[in-house]
Amino acid sequence: MSDFVSRAFRGRRRTPEELADRLPPGQYNESGFPVLTAGPTPRIEPDEWGFRIDGMVGQEREWTWDEFHRLPFETVPCDIHCVTKWSKLGTSFGGVSVDTLLEGVEPQGEYAMAFSYGGYTTNLSLADITGGKAWVVTEHEGDPLPREHGGPARLLVPHLYFWKSAKWAAGLRVMDHDEPGFWELNGYHNRGDPWKEERYWSD
Amino acid sequence: MERLTPVEQRAPGRWQIATVAAVKQETPRVKSFRLELPMWMAHLPGQHYDVRLTAPDGYRAQRSYSIASSPLDEGEIELTIDRLEDGEVSPYFHDVVVEGDQVEVRGPFASYFVWRGEAPALLIGGGSGVVPLMAILRHRRRVMPELAMRLVYSVRSAEDVIYADELGDDALLTFTRRPPEDWTGHTGRIDRALIAEADLDGGTAFICGSNPFVEAAADLALAAGFRPERVRTERFGPTG
Repeated sequence: MSDFVSRAFRGRRRTPEELADRLPPGQYNESGFPVLTAGPTPRIEPDEWGFRIDGMVGQEREWTWDEFHRLPFETVPCDIHCVTKWSKLGTSFGGVSVDTLLEGVEPQGEYAMAFSYGGYTTNLSLADITGGKAWVVTEHEGDPLPREHGGPARLLVPHLYFWKSAKWAAGLRVMDHDEPGFWELNGYHNRGDPWKEERYWSD
Repeated sequence: MERLTPVEQRAPGRWQIATVAAVKQETPRVKSFRLELPMWMAHLPGQHYDVRLTAPDGYRAQRSYSIASSPLDEGEIELTIDRLEDGEVSPYFHDVVVEGDQVEVRGPFASYFVWRGEAPALLIGGGSGVVPLMAILRHRRRVMPELAMRLVYSVRSAEDVIYADELGDDALLTFTRRPPEDWTGHTGRIDRALIAEADLDGGTAFICGSNPFVEAAADLALAAGFRPERVRTERFGPTG
């Protein structure tokens, strides 16, 4: 650890102590919900939205918007952490657990590529999206998920940096090997654990 | 066995202590900082550096700032920083940092919102969203001035124009609130007419600014015929 000290820096946005242990290293507490997207915002209407699980699976699955909403719905309270340094504490999303979506799918690989309307991809190990750690969500704090935040549906993987929570989610492709997705090809860490500050390739 | 000569590690990502070589007041709330880096490496125009401030008790704050300079400026980078009133890092840069100070940085990072020589290229910037676009424009002027590139730059008032003395024929301005008194060009938000005046035949669009600005500009670029995969955007998070 460097012992460098910035001249005359005291810190004026310190997080209250009761929240400080919820902030990963290098993050700051942001009450808003900033938008970060690499290209134009896709427009997908709920009636044209679908979610599929394919790739190395025993049984492919696909849901329409209505079919998806007949699945068990969960409210997920969580903290989210963006690699650009802001964290949003104590927010919530509503959606379906990836565990539920994988029931009967018989994955035959340990990895997945999440893919989105508009072409975005991000890679995740199955271990990171099973066991109550990931959801496909259509609501944010009780309201329909806004388009700029990935509506009608996005992935939610709150224990990893938020670029892993793919907006405009269209599906998961199960794979027998790991492969970098969009940001992982463009300089960002392959896994992205905020508590280990895995921001970039070199971290 | 003979010992190998140690060589400097030049991989991006290592924190290093930069020295502030120059500070320029661009506008009332924007300053540019020229930093000399001991482990400098060439960046791609559009990339950013992370900056980290450390208090005596170990408290730290980090933010990302776009590089404004061309990678031809060997050994140094320029960061242009907008002062956000309720911020933590930008007010420090504005109120404390002077020539000769040291700041901790690492980079360059991210390789999507970058210019690799694509042409034609339409750059659309809102406010301090012009910063990474200026790195692109500056680099193109020095290496390939013949490439078709226009900057469309939206600012509020005459006093808010960053890099005012460097904007030439390759830049089109519009003022959304108070233009200069003798202004005969565009006023108001960017629109179809302004994009058309840039007169670029397709190519790649680079758009940077606040989220509402980028949404509007991206829609205009799509309407002007840019393919969605050729519209690259960078939206400000709050980078105080």
